[in-house]
Amino acid sequence: MGILEVKGINKRFGGLQALGDVNLSVVENTVHALIGPNGAGKSTLLNVLVGKLAPDSGSVLFDGKSVLGRKPHEINQMGISRVFQTPEIFGDLSVIENMMIPCFARRDGSYRMHAFETVGSEKGIIEDAETMLSDVNMLEKRDMHAASLSRGDKRRLEMAMCLVQQPRLLLLDEPTAGMARADTNNTIELLKHIRDSRDITMVIIEHDMNVVFSLAERITVLAQGTPLVEDTPDNIKGHPKVQEAYLGETAVD
Amino acid sequence: MLGLNKKDTMFLLIVIALTMATPFLMQPFSEGSALAQFNGGYPDLMAKVAIFGIFAIGFNILFGLTGYLSFGHAAFLGVGSYSAVWMFKILSLNVFPAIILAVIMAGLFSLVIGYISLRRSGIYFSILTLAMAEMSFRLAYSVFTPLTNGETGLQVRPSDVQLLDGPNAPEYPNIFGLLISDSYKWEVAGHVFTFNVGFYFCAVIAIIAFYISLRIFRSPFGMMLRAVKSNQNRMSYTGLNPRPYTLAAFVISGMYAGLAGGLLAVMDPLAGAERMQWTASGEVVIMTILGGAGTLLGPVLGAGAIKYLENIFSKINETVLHDWFAFLPDSIEDVVVFILSRFTGHGWALTLGLMFMLVVTFLPGGLVEGGKRFFGMFKRKPKEPDDAEHHPETPPHVAE
Ligand SMILES: Nc1ncnc2c1ncn2[C@@H]1O[C@H](COP(=O)(O)OP(=O)(O)OP(=O)(O)O)[C@@H](O)[C@H]1O
Ligand SMILES: [Mg+2]
Repeated sequence: MGILEVKGINKRFGGLQALGDVNLSVVENTVHALIGPNGAGKSTLLNVLVGKLAPDSGSVLFDGKSVLGRKPHEINQMGISRVFQTPEIFGDLSVIENMMIPCFARRDGSYRMHAFETVGSEKGIIEDAETMLSDVNMLEKRDMHAASLSRGDKRRLEMAMCLVQQPRLLLLDEPTAGMARADTNNTIELLKHIRDSRDITMVIIEHDMNVVFSLAERITVLAQGTPLVEDTPDNIKGHPKVQEAYLGETAVD
Repeated sequence: MLGLNKKDTMFLLIVIALTMATPFLMQPFSEGSALAQFNGGYPDLMAKVAIFGIFAIGFNILFGLTGYLSFGHAAFLGVGSYSAVWMFKILSLNVFPAIILAVIMAGLFSLVIGYISLRRSGIYFSILTLAMAEMSFRLAYSVFTPLTNGETGLQVRPSDVQLLDGPNAPEYPNIFGLLISDSYKWEVAGHVFTFNVGFYFCAVIAIIAFYISLRIFRSPFGMMLRAVKSNQNRMSYTGLNPRPYTLAAFVISGMYAGLAGGLLAVMDPLAGAERMQWTASGEVVIMTILGGAGTLLGPVLGAGAIKYLENIFSKINETVLHDWFAFLPDSIEDVVVFILSRFTGHGWALTLGLMFMLVVTFLPGGLVEGGKRFFGMFKRKPKEPDDAEHHPETPPHVAE
């Protein structure tokens, strides 16, 4: 059984069937890509996984425990972190503060009233935050206002915020969208390094096939809310149904 | 020192020095000079500045850090006053039981109101707090008259039995025998400086209140409160529950309000429901924004500015204005006095409104930003990176 087991998920928005009987099994410590045309329901599926949306029916098991009905912060504390399609960061805070918050969440749980300590005296937390920042090459932007970062940097920051939590399952919603070529390559290298050096499972949504084929071990193609095929990258490349539904015009190298 | 870094220690020391020197600072003009009416160094006014400073410092922990704008904090001020007067009536005229109960009762009360109101955010939260404070205000006049003594207000009477006070204990609020109303007047070179026990008591408590707020601002908890304001979604998906953080901030600010209410009763052992009215809640919002929401010093400056100007402007009635403009031809004098009198005396609220409009429009960061710009003009140094207390580029946002 996979670390993540999604069974029979349905979700309607009015007349639109955004997810129709979605089944997905993600094997522990693998990178599983989720691809499909715009509006296929990829982000909606992640929304269900992190507790942002309640599905109409179906079940989601993470490590054997049910996820549905739990609050987003509880799901995160179970070990699931998510990078959003549009970066969700603390814009009013500095980069290093953005990094420290997930460190606190990991160490102290979902609430702790540490009102009489000072941020500056949390040496361990600051060290973890800085190490992660330098892993994503952003240490020199440590004291910048997060809102003033470029789009690519915001994404990298958000990814670093998720990674520093050492999640067991990392959900990435188009992590390289809006990044320059060089940054995309850096991101691929970073994710490869993470994949190979930690016990971590990743589900990655990506339109950039270069990213998908560099990282993924399994690929699920989603179209109109329903999984079309699931297979290894090599088989997906040549699959006629996939060519037709998704890759059609943008043939892969 | 005291868990603060060097810069903050300096900051705190300056605040302490300024607070202690208030009787001088607010009394710059010599007695009998034409400007003497602009002196503000009387115990009553100075204590009010300290008390409303405390109120605003606490309010700022909620509004400045989390962005949740409460329109009902006067309710906690009122609860604090009533609790303090009850202590004076039944337990002791010593001020300590009074302010301790004031803080506890306001804390409990804000826990209930906060728990309910914080189910919503933004404008709905504001309206909920407003509604609940108005309800408390009305209830104080009806159901709770046995506790509040209705419109007459709650007072200490000679017939009250202070259980802890001996037969020779003072009949006024006191600090272990030292009367709150005691003053020492120092006359020097035409100036009269008044050093009042009550003021210094409030001042010391205000400094402690400021110190606690400084520690909260610099703590991981304070950082979480700013995270609430910045992005609650990210917070949830990072495994943090925003609700208890906001509730804690709400209760802390409620306790500050209760402390302020208790101190009002210490200075004048009388509590009336008008202290809980929505105008009083609005006042602390204005103080905080005027001074600079989310900054450490802003709320105190805002409270000081408003209480001082209120005092001065309220005293300027038509007679005073006629005096000032007596040099003008009568017809012009009448016109000038007519116009100005709308903005002074009872019309002071109009001036306050104008002032508030100007500050919010041109100085969204409040007086603190004004000060920084002013001193910035003399400094060629490039701007330092923001520290936690100052966010000039993010105007205090009211929604959310
Ligand atoms: N909260 C919502 N309310 C109504 N409709 C929604 C909602 N969220 C998503 N949808 C609709 O559901 C469909 C699937 O959207 P989703 O965001 O999951 O697509 P996606 O596969 O992530 O696409 P993209 O590649 O563009 O990000 C779309 O038609 C979208 O308009
Ligand atoms: Mg999407």
